[in-house]
Formats: sequence, structure tokens, C-alpha cells
Amino acid sequence: MTGAELGARLREGDLTAAPAVLNLVESGGPAAREEVAALLREISPAALGGEAPAHVVGVTGPPGAGKSTLLGELVRAWRAGGRSVAVLAVDPSSRRSGGALLGDRARIPFDPSDDGVFIRSTAAAGRLGGLAPATRAAAHALSAAYDVVVVETVGVGQSETEVAEVADSVAVVVQPGSGDVLQFLKAGIMEIPDVLVVTKADLREVALRARRDLHAALRSLGETDVPVLAVCAVAPVTGIDDLVAALDAHRAGLDVAARRLAARRASALADFAAEHGERGLRALGGRRAAQQALEASDPGADVPALVSVLEGRVGA
Amino acid sequence: MMRTYAGHSTARKSNELYRSNIAKGQTGLSIAFDLPTQTGYDPDHELARGEVGKVGVPIAHKGDMHAVLDGIALDEMNTSMTINATAAWLLALYIVVAEENGLDPAALQGTTQNDIIKEFLARGTYAFPPAPSMRLIADMVAYTIDGVPRWNPVNICSYHLQEAGATPVQEIAYAMSNAIAVLDAVRERVPQELMGRVFGRISFFVNAGVRFVEEHAKLRAMAVLWEEIGRERYGVRDPKHLRFRYGVQVNSLGLTESQPENNVQRIVLEALGVTLGRDARARAIQLPAWNEALGLPRPGDQQWSLRIQQVLAYETDLLEYPDLFEGSKVMDGLVAELLEGARAEMAIVDEHGGAVGAVQYMKAALVDSHRARIRRIEAGEQVIVGVNRFTETEPSPLLAGADGGILTVDPQAEAEQREAVERWRAERDQAAVDEALATLRAVAAGEGNIMEPTIAAARAGATTGEWAGALRDAFGEFRAPTGVGEAAAGPADSQALEALREEVARVSDVLGRRLKILVGKPGLDGHSNGAEQIAVRARDIGMDVVYEGIRLTPSQIAASALQEGVHVVGLSILSGSHRELIPTVVRTLRERGVDAPVVVGGIIPEADVEPLLDAGVAAVYTPKDFDLTRIMGDIVALVARACEGPSAASGHGAGASA
Repeated sequence: MTGAELGARLREGDLTAAPAVLNLVESGGPAAREEVAALLREISPAALGGEAPAHVVGVTGPPGAGKSTLLGELVRAWRAGGRSVAVLAVDPSSRRSGGALLGDRARIPFDPSDDGVFIRSTAAAGRLGGLAPATRAAAHALSAAYDVVVVETVGVGQSETEVAEVADSVAVVVQPGSGDVLQFLKAGIMEIPDVLVVTKADLREVALRARRDLHAALRSLGETDVPVLAVCAVAPVTGIDDLVAALDAHRAGLDVAARRLAARRASALADFAAEHGERGLRALGGRRAAQQALEASDPGADVPALVSVLEGRVGA
Repeated sequence: MMRTYAGHSTARKSNELYRSNIAKGQTGLSIAFDLPTQTGYDPDHELARGEVGKVGVPIAHKGDMHAVLDGIALDEMNTSMTINATAAWLLALYIVVAEENGLDPAALQGTTQNDIIKEFLARGTYAFPPAPSMRLIADMVAYTIDGVPRWNPVNICSYHLQEAGATPVQEIAYAMSNAIAVLDAVRERVPQELMGRVFGRISFFVNAGVRFVEEHAKLRAMAVLWEEIGRERYGVRDPKHLRFRYGVQVNSLGLTESQPENNVQRIVLEALGVTLGRDARARAIQLPAWNEALGLPRPGDQQWSLRIQQVLAYETDLLEYPDLFEGSKVMDGLVAELLEGARAEMAIVDEHGGAVGAVQYMKAALVDSHRARIRRIEAGEQVIVGVNRFTETEPSPLLAGADGGILTVDPQAEAEQREAVERWRAERDQAAVDEALATLRAVAAGEGNIMEPTIAAARAGATTGEWAGALRDAFGEFRAPTGVGEAAAGPADSQALEALREEVARVSDVLGRRLKILVGKPGLDGHSNGAEQIAVRARDIGMDVVYEGIRLTPSQIAASALQEGVHVVGLSILSGSHRELIPTVVRTLRERGVDAPVVVGGIIPEADVEPLLDAGVAAVYTPKDFDLTRIMGDIVALVARACEGPSAASGHGAGASA
């Protein structure tokens, strides 16, 4: 199946195309790159007559915060509301051998006969919280067909920045008692997320205190609008509906076109850097110059087209 | 006390087996339950398919319990039940059967295994999340201390930890930490003055491996630690309560499929290790049969194991002397060394907030130890006679019979059991059952003791699946950590591994993306050690590995394989249900359009290999294939052949082995 055919199937809302789409975007080599470009052209804003309809949600946070368990409950809630969901779980356990153990999907219960849920695990190429080019492309592609596309990553202080480059809404998940996020927020090391989620609300006092501390930290930074929610994703489950509502509210107040445009430009820059390295960026006159070039480009262009714009300037 | 662990097919067939074992001089009953009973599913549940009556007896309601105990005097019998997640339920059924036979529950003697932490760590037959599981255990202890005072409600198992790879130090430390977690939970439910009696009712179930001198030292070290914990942590004073009481099942990890007749002397030596010194002698011993690595033992095989114990007890002079090791410098030194190691390891568990909080840590540590063991065997540093040394052999004299040396369960048994449970549901007083289950749900969601409503539900005729279902509603479902994500990176030292890594990289280039494998365990079998080792090794040679843990339905495996875009599927199965489950998995994969080759590993009798290959399986591995690197080589070659065609393959393996 060619990239163009897969793109057309996604445009028509054919969810069964998802496994083949992922197999393609994860493939390396020039031929595959051409096919991916063809796929993305089929679902570019120009081809779709607007931005892809999905709500792209980033879920990130430190290891052990309970992200996967929370996702399991979120998937259940979205499905109950009739929304189709694709989860791209980026696993950090990349090793010297190049191999990775992808264990996340084990914690996301799903009904195997339900075609409305798609879960794919990918190894993070390199550092903690990093997004592989394939994950960005997959998020762009699947957002044409699914109602919700989740990108799940691990880390604090870096990953939420990268996730923000592909997601409409970013939820940072922390467990009570882990001070990292609080410190990073205060020190300005991490970006302010769109939603903060404190898990393990069954720990009552501890969870309440964590929520209060995060509120206080946000207030001191002048951020009074960021919702901080407490959830419990193990029985008895609480707070999931509120979280769904908070994510929806953020999306409703968002200039989707502007955020997606920024996401495409950021992806193009990341793809270019992955392909050509620092040397390539220098040839463009540095990162800032590259960003300016992208800002001057056609707002309807897809990522491969934007990468071509940058590559054209190197050649010029 | 002498027992053999038994039960299979149906309650009626198991009852016949128990009666004949008792006639041969067995002095206690040890009931093995099938996996649906252990995990709380009725025989007609989707997950029970292929598992009913396989590794033990199916008990779906009090009618089955009546049948399995028919004609056995419960007030004279000491009954050990290997049951954990659903222990409260099976004890309730046992109590109700005794009552309906006109006996006072206070006369009942026996043990429910009821050790849930080792289920999360090693054995896999858990049903509920850790916190409510601990509460069930605490409720049982609080109930039995007065209600069934001669019952051992909890049997802390270090047995399965060793099977999962634990070193002696880990076995001691994790078992003790586990007991502490149980006792801490019980302490909140009973008055302090009862703690001595509670402490005295906790018994252990340990493993005895073939390094029998060190194993003996391990038991002495456990006795020392146990007394210390009783005195210092729980303020127990009565020496009778402080005694370390344990039963033993000797090691089956070390039993081999090749030259299986050698297992007999292994079992004898292991039995010696736990009886040698009087100060740390086992109270109850059960010996496995020589053919456990092959399949289900036959009655004659079990008789042989019983006779080993009888020779040891009645022919030798072993029981005539005081403790043989008193004053032995070597033994004291060994014990001191183990104590030091165990205390250090217990401190680490404590830092994780105790055994419940440390499940993930302990699991990863066990996966690491097990991997080290396999590596030693592969490298020939640890000798296993007939496996990695002295492999030249005559045909085994024990495998000559027409049945291939094992017992096979009639597949009809499952269908009969399915119909029987439907009949049972149709014929009982449904209103009484509904009411009992409603009460159970309410108590589970609150703080009351779960035993009373459980016994009421048993009396009313509720089924195992209904009882567990009510609690799943209240407690939620749970999947235990797999331990493989945390396992440390493997050694880079081996040339064979390095060569494989290069081959994986080459095949990945041909494929266009990294070679990806799905490792799955279909069915209810929770013995995940083998699957975990395969998963870790696959990662170490550079594959992307999707590992979903245990208890997967064929359609879950197929959906995951499709969504994850894997190039090969590896299935592990030890419960004997491969004949039903594996062909279903292969068919479901193909129906969903996944054409990745499927390999299978586990306890698979020779006679079943050919039918599996006919069903579309590409290769079958049994316990005699101990060399993981070779298996990996086969798998890489298999994928290479699939993507390049047979002529282009340059795999390292010798091709599919059967």
C-alpha cells in the first residue's frame, strides 16, 4: 500500500489503516521518506480544507507517576463518549543494544474487538523525553482520522516542551510526594503545562497537599488559569470525567490553527536537524534564521514541504 | 507429614486419586486447583478455555467441593490448599462442606497458601490489586484465629521465589519481608494480645534446591530471623509461637526434561537437605514427580515420590539423632553469611515501604538473578548433568510406555465442566445467591470482615466466578509489574550476542525498521519466568520487544500484534493448555491479517510438537532448549527468511528446532 493510498484512507476516516501507517512512518530510508511525504500531503490542511479534526493530547510526567494507568481510564472515558482514540506510547527504555522493552500497553486495558482504540508503542530514539521523528509524523497522520490522538512520553523539564510541539493540549502527570515537578516549575526549568494532574488521589491528605503546593507555585508565577486536578485511576476511580472536561475546555479555548501551524514548523525544524545535524543548521544561518524562514512559509504547507523549504535554502 | 500435590480433570476424578493416595499411606491432603479456580473464573468464562482441570481440580461451587472431599474424614484430615487470590472463597467452601457434613469448623486442620505477594512476584495467579488482596488475607487471619483455630491461614512461600530465580539471600529476605507485610496488616485488625497466636499460625513454604548444604543453612538462617522478628517487631514471647514452621516442596526449576531419570536422585538429595538437621527440619514435605518438566505426573509417578519420603523416614537412621550440625563451624559460617546478606536486602525492601511497595523492585531483582543463572548455565559455569554436560545418553528407560511417560487430561472434561456449572446455576435458589452477592459487594466496599459474607455466599450456592466477580467490581482489576522494563542491560561480553546484535541490525535494515517481537502468555498460566527471560534477551540483542505480561486472550494477542506491527510472535505456555490455545492464537492472528511467524516455548510433550507445527507454528521450544542465545538466533533467522526468502537468509541459528 502506497503512502498516498494510506493518506487517502485516513482522510476518509478509515481507522483500520493505522497499523500500516505506523509501519510506514517508522521505516527509514529515502524511499520510505518519499512515501511518508506523499501520505502527509494527502492529509495536509490544504487537502483537508482545514486543520485535522482530532484533539491531540500530550501526556507526560516522571516515571512511576501512573501515566499508563491514568491513560487506561482516559481511553475508557473517551470510548464511552463515542470518541475513537489512538495512543502513541513513547517508551524511554532505549538501550546500548539498540533494543527496547515496550511495556506500556500492558497497563492500558482495551477491548481487542474494538476498532476504535489503537495503541502503538515506540522506542524513544535517544534521550529521555525525546520524540522520534516517526512519532511526530504519526501524530500528524492519525489526527486526520481519530477523534483523540494521545502522545505519551516520560520525563520532566524537557519532554513537555517537545510534546507541546505536536499536541494541542499537554497534561503533566505527577504523583503526590514527588517534588521534582514543583521545583522545576518554580525554577522555570519546565514549561507551564495546559493541565496538571495529581494521581493517587486515594492518598487523600498527601494528594491534597501536592495539589495545593502546585497551585501555589503556579500562582506565584502568575499562572492562575491552569487547572490542577486530582485523580485516582485505580478502583474506586475518581476525577477522570473532570480531567476529560478540563482537556476539552482547554481545546475549546485554543486557536487550533495557530497551534498546529507552530507544531508543523517545530516538527519541520526537528526533522531537518535530525537529518542534517548542527552543521545543516549552521548552513541555514542558525536555528533562529531557520525559524524565521519557516515563519515566512505557506501556513498550509505540510511538514515534508516545510523541510524541503529549509533544504532548498541550504542548497541556495 | 507426607503429601503429594495432586488434583486434575474433575472433582470426582481427583477424589478417587486422593482416596487411593490415602490408602497408600499418605497422611495429609494437598489439593491442586486448576487455574480458573485459582484466578476466580468459572469454567465457562472466555479466559478459562483450555485451562479447566489442567493443572488441578476445578472447583466452581460447594457441590464440587462436596464431590472432591467425598468419603474423606475432614475432622481427621490435614488439608493443604494451594490457593491464593481466591483463598477466602475456597476456605469458605471447605467450611460449608464440613458444616453440611455435620462437623464443627473448629475441628478443621489445614493450610491455605494465601500468599499474594509471591503471586505478584512469581506465580501470577493474582486477581485483585495489592491493597485489597492484603486486606483479604488479614480478614482471613482475623477470622480463623477464633473461627477455625487449628487452621494455618497463611503459608508464606519462598518456594516460587527460587523458581523465579531468587538466590538464597533473596529467598530469605523476600519471604521474611512478605511475612512482615501480612503481620503488619493483621495487627490493625486483631487486638495486640492475640498477636502471639497469630504469629504462631504463620507457616512457610520453602524451596529446596540441589545445593543441599547451602539450602540447609538457608533454613537455619530463616529460623533465626523469624524468631528475631517475632520478639522484636511483634512482642511475641511464647517459644512455641516463635518456632519457624515450614513445609517444603523441593525444587522443580532444577528438574530436567532431558535424561529425566536423573531427576529422581535430585529429588532425593533435595529431600535430604531439608531433613538433615533436626533444628531446621521440615514439618511437611511434598516431593515433585520425576516427570514434572514433561507434563502431568501419573498416579504411579506420585507413588514413587511418596516412597522416597517413606524410605528416608522409615529405612534410614536419619530421625534417630539430635541435630547433626550443632557446633559445626562450616554450617555456622554459612548461616552467618546468609543472615548478613538477608538483613541488608530486607533493609532495601523496607526503604521501598515494605514488601507491597517493593513488589516492582523485588520483581526486577528476581528477573536479573534468573538471567544470571541462565547465563551461567549457557556458559557451562553451572553444571546440569545431562543438559549442558554429559549429554551423551541411552534412551530414557522411563519414557518407553505408550503414554510417553505422562498423564493426559481428557479434553472432554472441560466441556463437561462447562455444562455442569450451567446446570448448577439453573438449579439453585437464584434469589438467595443474588442477595448473598449483594451483601458481599457491600462489605467489600466497606470495612467489615469479608469472611462472613463469603461463607454465606458459599452456602447459598454462588460460584467461584461470581464471588471473584463481585470483588473485582469492588476492588478493580490489576496487572502486576512485569519486571522486564526495569531489568538491567545485559552483558556485552559474549561474542555470540555481539554477532546476533549485528544480525538484528542487518535484518532491521532490510525490514526498514527495527525488528519487533511480541512476547505473550495466552491463557491463565502465570509462570512468566521463561517469557520474561526471552523478552529481556531479545532486547539485549537489539530487538524492540512488546511484552504484555500474563493472562491474554487469543484476540488480545492478535490485536496487539496487528497494532504494534511486530515481525514475529513468541508465545510461552506451561499449563498444558497449548493444544487448545496455540492453534486458536495462530488462527486469530491470520484472521486479522497478521502473517508474522509464531514460535512457542514451554512444557510441551514431544507428541504435541507435530500437531502444533501442523497448526502453523514455525518452531517449538521445550525445557531442553536451555540456550537462549541459540533460540534467539533461530528467531532472527526465521524473520530473515520471511522477509528475504529462503536463499538470502544468513541466520546464525540451526533453523527451527522441534
